[in-house]
Amino acid sequence: MEGHQAACMRKALFDQGYLDEQFLQLEDLQDEANPNFVEEVVKLYYTDSARFIRSIELTLDKNPFDFEKLDDIMHQFKGSSSSIGAKKVKRECTQFQEYCKIGNFEGCMRTFQEVKQEHAALKKKLESYLQLARQAR
Amino acid sequence: MNLGVNPMSFTSSSASWKSGDGVSDQFPAGLRVLVVDDDPTCLRILEKMLRSCLYEVTKCSRAEVALKLLRDNKDGFDIVISDVHMPDMDGFKLLEHVGLEMDLPVIMMSADDSKNVVMKGVTHGACDYLIKPVRMEALKNIWQHVVRKKKHEWKEKDFEQSGSVEEGERQQKPSEDVDYSSSANEGNWKSSKKRKDEEDEAEERDDSSTLKKPRVVWSVELHQQFVTAVNQLGIDKAVPKKILELMNVPGLTRENVASHLQKYRLYLRRLSGQHQNGLGNSFMGPSDPTFGPMTALNGLDLQALASSGQLPPQSLATIQAAALGRATNKSAISVPLVDQRNIFSFESPKIRFVDGQQQHNNSTKQVNLLHGIPTNMDSKQLAALHQSAQPFSNMNRHVHSQSGQSNSLLTQMVQPQSRTQILNEVGGSHVLNLPSSVGQPVLSQAIPSAVLGRNGIDNVHGPTYASVSQPSTVVDFSRSQRAELPGNSFSLVGNSGIPTLTSKGMLQEEFNSEIKGNRGFVPNYDVFNELNHNRTEDWGLQSVGSNFEAPQHSNLQGRLDVAPSVLVQPGFSSDRHIGIPSVNKAPFSAADRVVNTTNLSQPLTSSLPDNPLRIKAERLPDMGFQNSLFPDQFVQDDLMSALLKQQQEGIVQAEADFGFDGYHLDNLPV
Repeated sequence: MEGHQAACMRKALFDQGYLDEQFLQLEDLQDEANPNFVEEVVKLYYTDSARFIRSIELTLDKNPFDFEKLDDIMHQFKGSSSSIGAKKVKRECTQFQEYCKIGNFEGCMRTFQEVKQEHAALKKKLESYLQLARQAR
Repeated sequence: MNLGVNPMSFTSSSASWKSGDGVSDQFPAGLRVLVVDDDPTCLRILEKMLRSCLYEVTKCSRAEVALKLLRDNKDGFDIVISDVHMPDMDGFKLLEHVGLEMDLPVIMMSADDSKNVVMKGVTHGACDYLIKPVRMEALKNIWQHVVRKKKHEWKEKDFEQSGSVEEGERQQKPSEDVDYSSSANEGNWKSSKKRKDEEDEAEERDDSSTLKKPRVVWSVELHQQFVTAVNQLGIDKAVPKKILELMNVPGLTRENVASHLQKYRLYLRRLSGQHQNGLGNSFMGPSDPTFGPMTALNGLDLQALASSGQLPPQSLATIQAAALGRATNKSAISVPLVDQRNIFSFESPKIRFVDGQQQHNNSTKQVNLLHGIPTNMDSKQLAALHQSAQPFSNMNRHVHSQSGQSNSLLTQMVQPQSRTQILNEVGGSHVLNLPSSVGQPVLSQAIPSAVLGRNGIDNVHGPTYASVSQPSTVVDFSRSQRAELPGNSFSLVGNSGIPTLTSKGMLQEEFNSEIKGNRGFVPNYDVFNELNHNRTEDWGLQSVGSNFEAPQHSNLQGRLDVAPSVLVQPGFSSDRHIGIPSVNKAPFSAADRVVNTTNLSQPLTSSLPDNPLRIKAERLPDMGFQNSLFPDQFVQDDLMSALLKQQQEGIVQAEADFGFDGYHLDNLPV
């Protein structure tokens, strides 16, 4: 039962664009020796990405506005997010970087909110999914 | 030229697949990969992916730690994968270091796929560039880079080998050798490089556009101009900008000068370091460094030196010969480094030492330290370095007169790694720590303080060395940092007749030539020296501030600060005194180190109990470093490589003596 639910949830994540094929790579790496690999990596990501978010928030608060630094932090955050296949988060990060490049403060602020939202939404979904998947195993 | 020489000598002690052309059945399984990325998520994923490819993975989240690992395990890794963007060190910088010091293939990764960043990877010598997120398929084939590099090295080694093996013609005709080298070596890069010598220089633009950076080829003349400028300014004050102004070469950029200066410093440092340890084989990694014919290098520096009147003609010849990898007059090589006066006084020992080297040539593994010696110029330099190193080691054994030894040490010391370091060390008072008691060659003189790298190194200043009867020049090798020696001021104490470097220019010249020769790599001199000191562990971790006691034997008076990057050698036996360049000109026993390094070679070790050639462990940072820094300028590198080569021979043996064999660190905490 859980298996079926898990599978459905998983499919939805892909169909709705939350995850991309990079997530498949993670799943491929999971094996008997590392049965919780995906979960482990996702946890690692969320622990680490919290500091990115914090860092950006601090930088957004500073005056004068440091676009370069923001772009820099976001670049790292994007790299990290893409490594687990966080598709929507990655897209927002790219958008944020675009605004940084043209020096659009408003755009940055707005997009950053989107980034945080997508980041949080994905976290919830992944947590549910992974829990189901684990139970199903 | 005998291209048919079978690179037997280059069988590496490491992975079996390295030997010859064939690969073991298991290959690429077991490929030892070091992956560096500050992002823990990516790192974990990469690690898992690589494991799935059946590779042996070591992960690392900091570039500094990675370098330390690489240095501590000279032959412990086959390939390095690194992220471009890292907080503690730029990925490209790491790339350069690895290339110069270890000559391992490096793959860069980044989420950034913009053309200029990828181009930067190419120009810095990365063998591949992966866009994140990295997929498994991309990692499966990374082994090809390892094989390719090996093949390339073998080919170059062939050249080298034939050069050294065929002593008959070669040795006697330095000039011919030079020609030979240039033609032989080229195999690849050299020839093209030479051809483009002028062109490149002319094309050099001031705009450091990343997209297209014509490489500057440091021809003999150009290097001579550079050296002259540096001498004029004084090692302490030789900053790229001023050097550039003095040189007044159109099309040359500050960056070119800066990187060249860095290499130069490394070279100097290496030279001084080698002095002491006899450059041991230790730093010559088991893999045969493929040194290209040092010809170019030899010719350049030697000629320059000769023309400047600083280098005695005979030295020039010697150096050239050495550079060429021939055993002709090995001593000559060291000569340039050492103060002229000293040279003469030590003449005989040197010669002796030279001979010794030659013998080692083919049998020993060349420069184990040079593991990862860059295939291009650097390898040549390494060869030269090895060669010169060898003599040193021999010297150590015999307790030659100090001067002689010191010379060789100097030569050997040159490590590509951080010219600055060398320079720093050399500056002030060089105190090669070759304890006379130990019978290690003391590089007296030689290291012209002028040579001391000044770039950014505050402390290095004019040579102040107190002539010490005993030729122990402490070369401050603070290898500390790869490129910038944080104010390591070494006060080298010149021994026995090492004239205080009042005449910086002179010494510098000599040194320069030495350096050049060694530029290829002197991987471990610095390291070894430092290793020799008791505090091995600390080095890598400490910043320049750490001071090491001068080795017991020598006159090392000062402390050497161990640059973190310099020496971290856990496996190092601590009975040696590691010369850690002290920040403030404490004389350090570079000589000590140098001697130690040479001890690595078997014969040496017996004679020099206190100087184990741990150098090997320490690194070939210089070597690799240089390589990456100046891919095209090997003119000087040739000399170095020639020198290195000599050393190599000796060093190879040393390798066996090291306490540590490349070991694989498993799962470094990220």
